[in-house]
Amino acid sequence: MANKKRIRFTFPQQLITEPVIYDLGHKFKVVTNIRRAEVREDMGWVVLELEGTEEEIERGLKWVTSMGVRVDPVSADVIEG
Amino acid sequence: MSHVTGLRCRECGREYPIEPLNVCDFCFGPLEVSYDYDAIAHVISRESIAKGPLTMWRYEDLLPVDGANAVDIATGFTPLIKAKNLGRVLGLDNLYIKNDSVNPSYSFKDRVVSVAATKALEFGFDTLACASTGNLAGAVAAHGAKAGMKVFVFIPADLEEGKIIGTAIYGAKLVAAKGSYDDVNRLCSELADTYRWAFVNINMRPYYSEGSKTLGYEVAEQLGWRAPDHAIVPAASGSLFTKIWKGLKELSDLGLIGQAHTKMHLIQAQGCSPIVEAYRQNSLHVRPIKPNTIAKSLAIGNPADGFYALKTLKATGGRAEAVPEEEVIEGIKLLAETEGVFTEAAGGVTVAGLRQLANLGVIEKNEVTVAYITGNGLKTQEIVRHVANPLIIEPNMESFEAAFMAAGGPRS
Repeated sequence: MANKKRIRFTFPQQLITEPVIYDLGHKFKVVTNIRRAEVREDMGWVVLELEGTEEEIERGLKWVTSMGVRVDPVSADVIEG
Repeated sequence: MSHVTGLRCRECGREYPIEPLNVCDFCFGPLEVSYDYDAIAHVISRESIAKGPLTMWRYEDLLPVDGANAVDIATGFTPLIKAKNLGRVLGLDNLYIKNDSVNPSYSFKDRVVSVAATKALEFGFDTLACASTGNLAGAVAAHGAKAGMKVFVFIPADLEEGKIIGTAIYGAKLVAAKGSYDDVNRLCSELADTYRWAFVNINMRPYYSEGSKTLGYEVAEQLGWRAPDHAIVPAASGSLFTKIWKGLKELSDLGLIGQAHTKMHLIQAQGCSPIVEAYRQNSLHVRPIKPNTIAKSLAIGNPADGFYALKTLKATGGRAEAVPEEEVIEGIKLLAETEGVFTEAAGGVTVAGLRQLANLGVIEKNEVTVAYITGNGLKTQEIVRHVANPLIIEPNMESFEAAFMAAGGPRS
């Protein structure tokens, strides 16, 4: 069953020029839909929606994480002290 | 009565009705409450506030809920102490401590949760929830009990037992999730999307966070209706920091105080200082980190309001300082030994940061300075266990006098 996830990617400097989001959409059955982003010389972040099956999104996010991209929910950290 | 007109995206400005929502559907930016300030200006005055209860609910006109039905366990209007002794040590003549560690569940979180619980009942929720490692859990459990709501508190499975007793006692259902901090974090975001629960800092966040404004209002009122020259605030998500400033600005815009000129200073412990790091790099964007600090109540590696905290720093000319981990305990001791206030690690961070700012000459001797102490030391006694070294004696005078003299006698 298709579902949607709202996610934030944070890219380290060495990945800023890599087409990670393009690859995510091609390696996995995941539709990527960017809503906001900023790319600077030393870092970049992208807020996007992913659409696909739960399993495919999970597989995709695991791959993105293994590439060195940090993956967070758009609400950021919700565990508070 | 509430003067809320709706919710507004802090990024793209899109407007939404008053609903349990925290993220803009269009750009996924955070939502914030909008008020009808003209209507508020017609009903609010120093006198009307003074007639209110001696709790945070005296400012109900500036909160996003109907105060008549507040879930109120007598939170707020905590002491503002003139800290003469600590001031003498730091060379500051007008230093104040806002002691918010004496709230009903012993932290400032009672303020935000009081608003969130009230709003949750207005929306018809029967369950209050949060993910927490400490203060927030206790505040949610206490307010949920008062409101007669079911309470779910999600904690990491490796959390120490002592930390959860102060939550379990209120009858809250504790759920210990195995896995990393990030896993638990992600789970809670998903739960908030799945269950019709009021997650105080997720779907209730726009309302919840407004409760922190009362820490700005109270200090201004307690100072005789004026904003301080400097505010020293510990930061985790950065929300408290931005909302204290918002509170001062609102009072100023409503004419209840003069121009708010406060320099807002933000303090983090070195082991978790992503906002300070961005400030040092003159950036408005926080790079998430993995926290490693003894100040557990400030251990947020990916702060939701980091961007807005950085904007507040810029707007007010404040500084962001990170304090060495070893100075956190020194800060706790310094406050206890000079002012008789026992704070938790976050308060140690604040005091260490205050000392750093004083040493840097950022604060003039006569400027009115307020340091916010947000949590109680009795909650994290384990981090200062080493201070307890009693003299061990036999129950007789001889033994006492021998031990007393050995310890330095009347000079000690």
